[in-house]
Amino acid sequence: MEQTVEFAPPTGVLSSIWLLVAIPLASAAVLLLLGRRADKWGHWLGVLSVAASFVLGLVFFASLAGLDADRRSAELSLWDFIVVGGLNVDFGLLFDPLSGVFVLLITGVGSLIHLYAVGYMEHDPGRRKFFAYFNLFVAAMLLLVLGNNYVMLYFGWEGVGLASYLLISFWYTRPSAATAGKKAFLMNRVGDAGLAIGIFLMFTELGSTQYDDVFNGASTLAAGTVLIMGILLLLGACGKSGQFPLQAWLPDAMEGPTPVSALIHAATMVTAGVYLIARSNPIFSANTTLQLIVVSVGALTLLIGCVIGAAKDDIKRVLAWSTVSQIGYMFLGVGLGGGAYALAIVHLLAHGFFKANMFLGAGSVMHGMHDQVDIRRFGGLSKHMKITWITFGTGWLAIIGIPPLSGYFSKEPIIASAFEREVVWEAWVFGLAALLGAGLTAFYMTRLFWLTFHGPARWTDDIKHPHESPPIMTIPLILLAIGSVGAGYLMSTSVPEWLTPVLGESHGEAAHGVLGHTTVTILSLVVTVLGAGLAWALFRNGTATEPQPAGALVTAARRNLYTDAFNEAVFERPGIYLTRALVFLDNRGIDGVVNGLAAGIGGGSARLRRLQTGFVRSYALSMLTGAMLVVGAFIAIQLGWLA
Amino acid sequence: MGELQLPPIDYGALAPMLILFGAACLGVLVEVIAPRRARHPVQLTLSLLAVVAALTAVVLQRDTRITTIGGAVAIDGPALFLQGAILVLGAVSLLLIGERSIEQGGAFVSQAAITVGSEKDMRQAGGEPGATEVYPLTLFALGGMMLFVSANDLLTMFVALEVFSLPLYLLCALARRRRLLSQEAALKYFLLGSYASAFFLFGVAFIYGFAGGIRLEVVRDAVANPQNSQVLLYAGFGLIAIGLLFKAALAPFHVWTPDVYQGAPTPVTAFMAACTKVAAFGALLRILYVAFAGVQWDFQPVLGVVAVLTMFVGAVLAVTQTDLKRLLAYSSIANAGYLMVGVLAMNEEGLSSTLFYLVAYGFSVLAAFAILSLVRDAEGEATHLSRWAGIGRKSPLLAGTFTLVLLAFAGIPLTSGFMSKFAVFGAAIEGGQTWLVIFGVISSMLIAFPYLRMVVLMWLSEPGESTPSVSIPGFLTATALGLGVIATVALGVIPAPLLDLTQDAGQFVR
Repeated sequence: MEQTVEFAPPTGVLSSIWLLVAIPLASAAVLLLLGRRADKWGHWLGVLSVAASFVLGLVFFASLAGLDADRRSAELSLWDFIVVGGLNVDFGLLFDPLSGVFVLLITGVGSLIHLYAVGYMEHDPGRRKFFAYFNLFVAAMLLLVLGNNYVMLYFGWEGVGLASYLLISFWYTRPSAATAGKKAFLMNRVGDAGLAIGIFLMFTELGSTQYDDVFNGASTLAAGTVLIMGILLLLGACGKSGQFPLQAWLPDAMEGPTPVSALIHAATMVTAGVYLIARSNPIFSANTTLQLIVVSVGALTLLIGCVIGAAKDDIKRVLAWSTVSQIGYMFLGVGLGGGAYALAIVHLLAHGFFKANMFLGAGSVMHGMHDQVDIRRFGGLSKHMKITWITFGTGWLAIIGIPPLSGYFSKEPIIASAFEREVVWEAWVFGLAALLGAGLTAFYMTRLFWLTFHGPARWTDDIKHPHESPPIMTIPLILLAIGSVGAGYLMSTSVPEWLTPVLGESHGEAAHGVLGHTTVTILSLVVTVLGAGLAWALFRNGTATEPQPAGALVTAARRNLYTDAFNEAVFERPGIYLTRALVFLDNRGIDGVVNGLAAGIGGGSARLRRLQTGFVRSYALSMLTGAMLVVGAFIAIQLGWLA
Repeated sequence: MGELQLPPIDYGALAPMLILFGAACLGVLVEVIAPRRARHPVQLTLSLLAVVAALTAVVLQRDTRITTIGGAVAIDGPALFLQGAILVLGAVSLLLIGERSIEQGGAFVSQAAITVGSEKDMRQAGGEPGATEVYPLTLFALGGMMLFVSANDLLTMFVALEVFSLPLYLLCALARRRRLLSQEAALKYFLLGSYASAFFLFGVAFIYGFAGGIRLEVVRDAVANPQNSQVLLYAGFGLIAIGLLFKAALAPFHVWTPDVYQGAPTPVTAFMAACTKVAAFGALLRILYVAFAGVQWDFQPVLGVVAVLTMFVGAVLAVTQTDLKRLLAYSSIANAGYLMVGVLAMNEEGLSSTLFYLVAYGFSVLAAFAILSLVRDAEGEATHLSRWAGIGRKSPLLAGTFTLVLLAFAGIPLTSGFMSKFAVFGAAIEGGQTWLVIFGVISSMLIAFPYLRMVVLMWLSEPGESTPSVSIPGFLTATALGLGVIATVALGVIPAPLLDLTQDAGQFVR
């Protein structure tokens, strides 16, 4: 990145880009403040506010497209946010080609999912509150992609985390939902801490957190500093996007209502990590070790996701692990650098459509099947839910990459790019991993599709006539299905060029990889057909309704490849023990000794009185210990100084 | 014996303190003269007027940068800022102290001497008007705090420490309900406070031995150019620091905080959490920046460990608390740790960001305790966490306000909590204390959990069978709560004016 990064001031309508964030935020505020008075119409306000942002987004996008390619950005400083000493943080927004496509994805897919949720949440007493949180999420997500510096991004980052936590726990009556909310929260914290420290590091090294200053300054930094900064940002990205080693929260997050899974945990929030890396491309491109790490995380995660996805029986969890795996592809793309940045974004957009489509389809199936989520208990639904069947089918064909659906145009180039890495062993390892992933994806998605919609019906006894969902739910499905079919070709031809001002030139004539482009295309189609065919052969006659004994790999996959056990051993246990130890010390260690003495002396005297003498003595004792340590430390320093 | 020469005294510069002490003495007279029925309105009006007058005097003095009374008191930028902060937060606390409509007769016992559990005690708990001595006590405490932050020699500082501590001990004992707990808290606070004061005084003696004087600039010169054993210096400094760390509630000298916060009447807890913190850190800043800056390389690691310990003790223990007042106490301990990170930056940003933090935190914590005083049942305040389950359904406005305050404590952006943490961490990095910031960030991630769990509890939990009632706040509490919330939001969104003010306050006079 030799050329300097510079953003143009906003012109014309672009000076009101703040409305994008303000409208959903205002709607959320109205819904929360009016309380029950808004119960009757609150959900429509929620839908309208996001739709309004979408329309505005289109207008801004068109006017951005009308600018010259080299001045295609609008940086709007609202006010000086923090000015302390050397630190200057702007409260500003940046609308450029990259944030533009994200705005359209968030508000476009967001509008459809909001619309769907009106139907899905119809009988839920908390629907208004649900829409308030949902709008809050959209506002935070827009802030995340529209900020013009890392602090603004961090605001949005925390905001979406908060909204996601609230929405996962929305059905608080289920203990599993509450636990899942906590898990998501804690694992995200690990990532967030990394991001925060990364931003602080930027400030110390470069004296600014504005995008342009950071990107222009990145080339002046020592390689080690860039590496550490990048790893910290990557840690944040992994937490938010459910990548190895912080992937375990994402499937559990499916405890939330299905529209939440579709919007937050499939289409938008979880891709924030990809956005962060793509946005920070000058940092990531500056260090090859860093790129290698990102690529490895992506490749590993995409395989983990596929393998576990193939062993799950819960329709939403299969889709969730598939999301983990597809984001792995995106990480692979952004890690490869160069032209693959744009490919990753194309895959992200395409994935936004087909995964939202399938999640909403899953919601529609659950709606008709009394909230059953076990695919062993579905089967034969294609006759009863025609629209859901067809729309889900387009999503299925899109994700496994059958031409001419969108997944083919977005995923296959990433596989090809992986084979084009300069170091030969890396090209083989990552290329084959991506290829294997494509085959596995075809396997587990076909299994999911076939067991749900075809084969003999294996319904539970209480279901007689599964019904199709009302139009308010099927219309978004149809629109998303059209996106899954058509968007891929359109985006793969236009988006890379559109993103050039932000992500750099996508290399026209590809460097020659270890395998030719045509070979890769043919190979990936072959493994896809093989994977799908194998799944069809195994599951065309349905499956048993009970878990079957299985070999080592399947058992391991059913247990999430033991990653939960790993997390528990490495993060959870020590944390629990640390807390317990501290509480123990506080309650029993010191007090206990004294209380015990007092109890021995005072016998059955009232507890309060016993606590009184016990506490003050023990407090004084701990103060004295502290005092001796502090003074002792000073004296020790001083003696050391003399010596 | 020669004629005793009085040092020149700049009464103008001392006016804010003189006004408060004068009004406090007047308040004692009011107790004697005014009829019982009239005391409450008279005292409240007198106290508020005195605070406003003192604040006006502070504003009028804003450009003063002098030492007076023979160098015993320094009226400089930071001192005036801190005095102003104490007065503003004190005024809001007075509103909470003066509230009488939530609980009949107010939060204070009518006569502290009534035996607990006696028939008289039942009667007073039933609504006899509370003691009005609390107003002069509060004014004395406020005056003492103002002197504490402007004291320029160690003995004046000690006297100021006692002047504001003694009224606080008394105030803690005056709760109308759960009186045993309240008296126990006061006794504990008194015993441990005296213990800490003894450390402080012992340290002063050492320093006198080392420097041959107790004025801060004399100490500074002696530190730069030591004539006596360094052991005296380090032992003395350590002991003085302990006295101050106790008041500021830093680990391991924080042990009193949860018990005292829980036992004291809620308005007094709010007063201590906001104003005492300002006073303690004000004095700590002055001691470290003026007298001992020459040995900062030696004390930064030790006090840094104290800060890290404090942040983690506060954050980790907050997770397991089941009582809201104790939870806020541990939160206050953790916040003391973050403040210490700012203090240890030992540069201009460290000073200004700590000042900002003190004000921002003061407002939020006042709002938090104001909300706490509203949720009650027949036994008084319902502070057990489980009682707050599902309160968002019955009182969305209250729960919404509390959510906002909790988000500020958690350091969520666009609230003052985020700005203040950002400022102190930024300053510490400038000052080369990156390791403190790393621990600080980790600890603030940890402590966000209990806050957000509380949010979830209020909004998403099923209300229990005995969800307490929420009182309609009286005018005074509503005003205090409103001010706290407005400041929490305003300082988060437009922090620049206050940040400018903290920077204009400039440096300590030396």
